Amino acid sequence: MSKYMKRMALSGLTALATLFGSSAMAVEIEYWQYFFDARVDAMEQLIEKFEAANPDITVKMTHFPYADYRTKVAAAIPAGEGPDVVQLFYGWLNDYIEADLIQPLPKDQFDPAAIDAEFFPMVQAMKRDGAYYALPTAVRSLALFYNTRLFDEAGIENPPETLEELVETAKKLTKVDGAGNITQVGITTGMTAQDHHWWREVLVRQFGGEPYKEDYKTVNYTDDAGLAALNFYVDLEKEHKVTQSGFMDEPQAAFKGNRAGMHIDGSFRIGSLNKVRGLKWGVAELPAGPDGARSNYSSYWVNGITSKAEGEKYDAAVKFLKYLTSDEAMQLWLDVVGELPAKPSVGMVEANANDPTFGPFIRGLAYANTTKFANESAQRQAMVDMVARIDIEGQDPAESLAAAAAEEQKVLDDYYK
Amino acid sequence: MSAYKNLSIRQKQIVWAWLFLAIPVLFYVVIRFYPTGTAFVISFQEWNLLGTRTWTGLENYEKLWNDPVFWKVFRNTFAYLLLGTPVSLVISFVIAYHLDKTRFLHGFLRMLYFLPFMTSAVAMAWVWRWFYQPVPIGLFNNLLASIGIPQIEFLNSTTNALPSILAPAIWAGLGFQVIIFMAGLRAIPGSYYEAAKIDGVGWWTVLTRITLPLLKPTIVFIVVFSSIGFLRIFDHVFNMTTNNPGGPLNSTKPLVLMIYETAFSSFNMGYAAAQTVVLFLILLVVSLLQLWILKGDNT
Repeated sequence: MSKYMKRMALSGLTALATLFGSSAMAVEIEYWQYFFDARVDAMEQLIEKFEAANPDITVKMTHFPYADYRTKVAAAIPAGEGPDVVQLFYGWLNDYIEADLIQPLPKDQFDPAAIDAEFFPMVQAMKRDGAYYALPTAVRSLALFYNTRLFDEAGIENPPETLEELVETAKKLTKVDGAGNITQVGITTGMTAQDHHWWREVLVRQFGGEPYKEDYKTVNYTDDAGLAALNFYVDLEKEHKVTQSGFMDEPQAAFKGNRAGMHIDGSFRIGSLNKVRGLKWGVAELPAGPDGARSNYSSYWVNGITSKAEGEKYDAAVKFLKYLTSDEAMQLWLDVVGELPAKPSVGMVEANANDPTFGPFIRGLAYANTTKFANESAQRQAMVDMVARIDIEGQDPAESLAAAAAEEQKVLDDYYK
Repeated sequence: MSAYKNLSIRQKQIVWAWLFLAIPVLFYVVIRFYPTGTAFVISFQEWNLLGTRTWTGLENYEKLWNDPVFWKVFRNTFAYLLLGTPVSLVISFVIAYHLDKTRFLHGFLRMLYFLPFMTSAVAMAWVWRWFYQPVPIGLFNNLLASIGIPQIEFLNSTTNALPSILAPAIWAGLGFQVIIFMAGLRAIPGSYYEAAKIDGVGWWTVLTRITLPLLKPTIVFIVVFSSIGFLRIFDHVFNMTTNNPGGPLNSTKPLVLMIYETAFSSFNMGYAAAQTVVLFLILLVVSLLQLWILKGDNT
């Protein structure tokens, strides 16, 4: 109510101001994001603070269920109906730039060189021809979740530091019944969840490879490194028998149900794990590779200015975006949503980087890579099928790897043709 | 206005009839025919929902013809049809035939058979999905394990997954088919059966010479109806395989799911529209063929 009153008073004031020919004009800009409780809550707080600092601008937020979001945005902007500032998944950026739906950020306000220096390096994926098109408030990365109660039970003191230790730890955590059926897995697996990121950006690099070439336009994991990474992954189930793909339907379900010792997942899982009663868990950085190399995968949602915003709305949108990428906004986003700050100046401060929960994720950002997907679900499918062919049809890993590479290359070629 | 006054009563009736028909006609044109027509047009274009549409001619159809996934999906779609329709037809007829003769708890039994039809397909698919899981959470595998039989991979298998998904889909549609069959059975005049009784004919002859021939219109209806249903199967498959839609290795993917994925996760609208046109043609051909076969010699 008070907000309504405030708006009323504000619009009254501006009406008066306009009457008396003052230059201060009230501008309303629209902001769109998908619906997720904490994100909407955080954005409301940010808007309130922004409006307090800029009384001549009001921001109207609209949100949709995630399932409809992409279609709605795509339908609205070309029709001139949609938002002035819009939240997008980083992987969609190409399509939006190509369709002229978003405009580059003004260089005087968002200096590319300054952004290169201030943000975590993977944000550079948002740069085209020297200009940034969108910027994140928060980012996500992967880490190893572990069940502390099962660790205590098995007499394990620390989470694994290396891939070798990961296998040994997982062996101690695995339980089977009399018939040899697994009833508790050491570590969850499943390419359908986050494992395709773990394999692509972490394991392949740790075994000495480079998953893609030419700015993610060419598949490059068919070498020995890729094969070693794939063998390591499938051997968790085949050789070491510490996991079972599809165990308890979904990896995160097994972990929530205290039936999995370890689980690799993103920072966005923290909130839902906190809600599970009787689950005690900790977080560690992803295990290092054979030669100590570390890697991580980061994804993020960005905010951009649509081509619809013009004139004073454009100026207001720039101001708003400037605020959304400020240190203050990032800290608030971390506190409310639990997503990691996109700048080291916020993330790497003592309190955040050493936080027992957020710390491993934030430290992972320093060496994280961001895959430039052409079609994430199709590229994920190639990974899913690669493992399924080995698992179900008994195909040779090298053959399956080659087939997956061909399948993914086709997706990339179709997109970049 | 005077033009209206000069009309005859018959003509006035026609005017009013069209006036009332105008609303459904308008509805059909705007909500059905216009999008259908657009889908045909888009199938010759390339469009990612964001940018402009560009003409590509027959490229989408060419791509479809050369897409191994499409042929896999094509076979799956017909596997759903060719397994689902006869199995559900036989089961529902057997149930209806015997239920029709049962007086004891008749209404209650009929309700039990109809219940799955009213249940949300999504909820049911998820419950069955959990039934099928391996030990320790799957009901079926826990039962098998408890009596010492090795586990069966229901969903994580390229051979078992399709029948496993089809089973609850058949079960869900059974109630409806049973009710239709019972209505058909009730509609057969009792005098035929009395005449057969007087002639002292056995039950098999009664079944094959009286009941089944007279049920032909009912059977035609159910076959056409359930075929279209199985050709368009989506919710059971999608909900039982959400992590890997239509998997593993596309072994359960029906055409509708492929269309959905092409359109709403790959945003390749032209290609999806081409697939939709193919689905439309399949549905058309299958329905016409069934009507022709089953109704052709019906005198």
